[in-house]
Amino acid sequence: MLLIHCPYCRMARPESEFRYGGEAHVVRPAEPANVSDADWAAFLYMRANPKGIHAERWRHVHGCGRFFNALRNTVTDQILRTYPAGTPQPALDAHAEDGR
Amino acid sequence: MADRIVGRRSVLDGLVLPARNGIVSVIEATPAARFIYRGDPGLIGDAFGIALPTTPMQARASGARAALWLGPDEWLLLAAASEATTVAAAVAGKPAALVDVGHRQVGLSVSGPRAAALLNAGCPLDLDEAEFPVGMCTRTILAKAEIVLWRTASDAFRMEIARSFAPYVVAFLVEALHGIDR
Amino acid sequence: MAGLHRTNGGGRIDRKKRLSFTFDGKSYEGVAGDTLASALLANGVHLVGRSYKYHRPRGILSAGAEEPNALVAVDRGDGRSAPNLRATQVELYDGLVAESQNRWPSLAYDVGAVNGLFSPLLAAGFYYKTFMGPRLLGSNWAWHKIYEPLIRRAAGLGKAPTQPDPDRYANGFAHCDVLVVGAGPAGLAAALAAAESGARVILCDEQAELGGSLLSEWSIEIDGVPAAAWLAEAVRTLAASPRVTLLPRTQAFGYFAQNFVALAERLTDHLAKPEPSAPRERLWQVRAKHVVLATGAIERPVVFPDNDRPGIMLADAARTYVNRYGVRCGSRAVVVAACDSGYATALDLRRAGVDVAMIVDPRPSGGSAVSGAVKAAGIAVETGATVIATRGRQRVSAVQIGRATSGTWVRCDHVLMTGGWTPSVHLFSQSRGKLAWDEAAQAFLPASVAPGQSQRSVGACRGAFGIAAALEDGFAAGGEAVGWAARARDFKVASDVADFSGVLGASNPGAHESKAFVDFQHDVTVRDLKLAAQEGFRSIEHVKRYTTTGMATDQGKTSNLNALAIVADHLGKPVPAVGLTTFRQPYTPVTFGTIAGASRGDLFDPVRRTPCDGWAQAVGAVFEDVGAWKRARHFPEGSEDMHAAVARECRIVRSAVGMFDASTLGKIEVVGPDAAEFLERLYINPFQKLGVGRCRYGVLLNEAGFIIDDGVIGRIAADRFHVTTTTGGAARVLNMMEDYAQTEFPELKVWLTSTTEQWAVIAVQGPKAREVLAPLVEGVDLDATAFPHMSVKAGRICDVDARIFRVSFTGELGFEINVPADYGAAVWEAVWREVQKHGGCAYGTESMHVLRAEKGFIIVGQETDGTVTPDDVGLGWAIGKSKRDFVGLRSLSRPDIVRSGRKQLVGLLTADPKLVLEEGAQVTAEAKPRVGTPALGHVTSAYWSAKLGRSIALALVADGRARIGARLNIPMPSGDVSVDVVAPVFLDPKGERLNG
Repeated sequence: MLLIHCPYCRMARPESEFRYGGEAHVVRPAEPANVSDADWAAFLYMRANPKGIHAERWRHVHGCGRFFNALRNTVTDQILRTYPAGTPQPALDAHAEDGR
Repeated sequence: MADRIVGRRSVLDGLVLPARNGIVSVIEATPAARFIYRGDPGLIGDAFGIALPTTPMQARASGARAALWLGPDEWLLLAAASEATTVAAAVAGKPAALVDVGHRQVGLSVSGPRAAALLNAGCPLDLDEAEFPVGMCTRTILAKAEIVLWRTASDAFRMEIARSFAPYVVAFLVEALHGIDR
Repeated sequence: MAGLHRTNGGGRIDRKKRLSFTFDGKSYEGVAGDTLASALLANGVHLVGRSYKYHRPRGILSAGAEEPNALVAVDRGDGRSAPNLRATQVELYDGLVAESQNRWPSLAYDVGAVNGLFSPLLAAGFYYKTFMGPRLLGSNWAWHKIYEPLIRRAAGLGKAPTQPDPDRYANGFAHCDVLVVGAGPAGLAAALAAAESGARVILCDEQAELGGSLLSEWSIEIDGVPAAAWLAEAVRTLAASPRVTLLPRTQAFGYFAQNFVALAERLTDHLAKPEPSAPRERLWQVRAKHVVLATGAIERPVVFPDNDRPGIMLADAARTYVNRYGVRCGSRAVVVAACDSGYATALDLRRAGVDVAMIVDPRPSGGSAVSGAVKAAGIAVETGATVIATRGRQRVSAVQIGRATSGTWVRCDHVLMTGGWTPSVHLFSQSRGKLAWDEAAQAFLPASVAPGQSQRSVGACRGAFGIAAALEDGFAAGGEAVGWAARARDFKVASDVADFSGVLGASNPGAHESKAFVDFQHDVTVRDLKLAAQEGFRSIEHVKRYTTTGMATDQGKTSNLNALAIVADHLGKPVPAVGLTTFRQPYTPVTFGTIAGASRGDLFDPVRRTPCDGWAQAVGAVFEDVGAWKRARHFPEGSEDMHAAVARECRIVRSAVGMFDASTLGKIEVVGPDAAEFLERLYINPFQKLGVGRCRYGVLLNEAGFIIDDGVIGRIAADRFHVTTTTGGAARVLNMMEDYAQTEFPELKVWLTSTTEQWAVIAVQGPKAREVLAPLVEGVDLDATAFPHMSVKAGRICDVDARIFRVSFTGELGFEINVPADYGAAVWEAVWREVQKHGGCAYGTESMHVLRAEKGFIIVGQETDGTVTPDDVGLGWAIGKSKRDFVGLRSLSRPDIVRSGRKQLVGLLTADPKLVLEEGAQVTAEAKPRVGTPALGHVTSAYWSAKLGRSIALALVADGRARIGARLNIPMPSGDVSVDVVAPVFLDPKGERLNG
């Protein structure tokens, strides 16, 4: 069971309080009507699925209820950083994966 | 609000609550008026009698009233059952949300020297008093149910449970008590 | 004296407390403090099991968790039966009943031992090679029908109990600053250091007593006092520290990410008469800031031919039996010592009165430190030699000592072997730490801790052997864990063994490899391993799977390193180049009960019941599961079956009135100045202009344009909506709304609160609905014009504040009464009294389904399956035509959504009106389509309609609306059914009844 730092509770909490929410920073187009079929299909279905650092959404559903974003290394399953929804993806410093 | 033609029935009616002398006891919390307030905490001002805590996971209480931080824009307000209309009126007309949840959930008081140990049979949080001090509150889980947990004293907690999950939570605590050392 | 082989004094047993027990039906006596293994040995019993493949007689090899041979079943009756327990870990209690395993009919005369004659057939890879033919009867016929069942029966590593487990199992989440795993000298010292700082410490050990190897020390002194006295003082100190939790009988079996460690605590297995209500075991889920692993080391067997006869055991185990349990494992021993610790064992045995015939040391120059003492004791030492053969059918009787293939026979009744010590890095490896081969220690040692873990290995498990080294290492790490930079403590230990190095692999390559056992539990020999290498297996992971070495329940605790060395030797590679297999949880087997905990029976999952549920139960309703909810499915009267009950309920709703518990419907209060705008963006329908007090049937799509939920939405105030969802969709819809409110439309001032459980919902439906409610309701005009269909009013019923909806999911005049949940039961009963006056009834979910199907109302999840658009089910009308955007709108113009040929909702009427179709049945154009013909669609709902006196069905059919009037077919196993395609409304298409 991972510990996930909730950026709203400002506390590390057990994974069982959270729900995964898919890739982060997939922005819903402001004017969907003006989006081409191909771009709309990409918005609906195309996801990154990287090996390594992945920006993803989580919700502290059995806690404060907030959606937020996390940078997780999909190889080591380490969550390296969490940050509020709607803020840009932070840069990781060189030591981010050394532990905490 | 005195005599109803029909009576109120708690979901806990008829359930045997777990207790062991001098170790831990679980009792139903007094029926209360309960509201969820969502929105700008400043809007409510002192209309509720308690300023809404904006520090995460903090509860403030005064008499029968309490305001529990559940999220950055969500508070659980507790008051005596008789004060329901007063509380509702205090927030009326504000661009915020006040929703009556007085029957949505039930309260349990868990107290005694082994209260934290009993809760830790199903709650994954660290309930050591240094980590979860008096006045801290949060939504969390107890076994397979969601609860709101609030430490009201060194050896006492109040739990708020969604109505239909209450029989499960009580049965779980009855079971868990078998695992608590004398 | 309990057992002929008991010493007169010493050890950690209570010779006065006699305990009787049975093994394979025969009675024996042991004493308090014994394990089953020590008690058996005290009675001279060495033969305790048969091996897995060859059914060879096997004895007790070890004294601890690593035991591969002595597996027993302990039966307390009433389903309290546990197989595959290691006799070395089973604490003796009075009345214990144990049985050996893997033998028939008895341990001494086992029929399966004939396998030994066929051992050449059972070599490495025998499953793969032998059991694949004959292929005459189809592929692998012989394997499935003959060999596999046969092997399963013969293999029999214990029998799973067939009765339900009557025991209860506890769970505890725990947090600490320092978790110390292992209470030997290193672990104790770590705990002492950490406890001194006032930190929260948990110290666990799998044994009944804390102390680890100190429990077996006879001669050692620590800081000037005997080891036992030092141990007692250390435990006293720790027990007196309020922030220290001591957990004996507790195995740390899993080490997960971020210092999350799972412990299994045995609570009652050691008790003769446990309190029936007490939990048997407890799962501890520990989150530690720091973990100190003090897991020690496991002695390696020496690999020589026929090294598996009963009486051949690990040297240190014999030392433990004599020093801790006061048990001599025999009277005349040969010690095969490739490590100095074996010499210490020989001395301890000699002191206890055992005749040590000889020490055989495969190392050319023999042992160093204590060889003088050994010689002084008059024990012969043969260096550079090993055992090349052994004798004895059910107990070793002699060993042949030599240097190649010939040598002299030495009579003995037990052989004690030590090939050296393997650090127990299992938990470290589980924590994803990296191991590195240490040439000096000839072992894999912890090299780097995995990211996210804060952890130190101390003592023998990291190669710091000897008691002084372990104490000092442990103390330093315990201090470091609580932030003490460098607070060392010097421990003075007298008579410590310094050198723990040994040999790896086969001690005498070349001699009778087929009977030189490496993995005792899975019967893997030197020959098997070499054969695997010969056949081209290079990676140890492949060798492991091919030979099954290390894959038994002991996970190769005594065998992995020997196996690795043998393979490396054969391949001509250094050991680290061959690699090491991964250690997995659990370290030792864990009961399913411990893992399941309270989650069984009634507590397996929460069961949710509505406020009106008690009434339904009392009148004998039949319930069905809808998500976690129990919903009344029908209310049978007398001897009615479901068909009759549903037909009656439906008839009464259509002709008089029925009441229905709709409390499980999801409810969300959507509040705020932008509430209407928010719902506009979420639902396909327009909401801005919906008047206060009016309702709308809302349809919710996902962004792909497919229906995911629906429900009636009422406007309670300009800034307040009462949204209902499906029962199963409540949590999902709230999650989706929160997602959009928080992340896509954060500019909107709108807030969501679940009110599912705030309201009990009582639907009153039927021509008499108004008459039923009239006497109960206060402050609400129920008149058709004042309170039209699709409206909502606040009022009072039975003096309780209520939200009353005029809505209908039956097609009849209907109301849905929402009252605060605690009043639900009483209001239900009051309404029931009125319903009875009008000849009404209560109806369940099954009738609700029939009634709505007669009207062609869809059920999300039944008529829809995540690929269905509003237009597909005839709900295109609900889309707000002037809306520029809502969730899913853009997708409704995607090419695949607007193409012709999509499946559309239609009604089906069978040519035979009595025949009710099967839901899910395929719809085809032809009566007997050729195999491979795509179906036109499928039946989504099918019922008997009592009102219409015939069956009805709904279906999704390609171009369905254009096929209305056509005849299609439903091919069924019992024959083709022809159906007429009709509009999906069977009753009152104009809606005159519900507007009544």
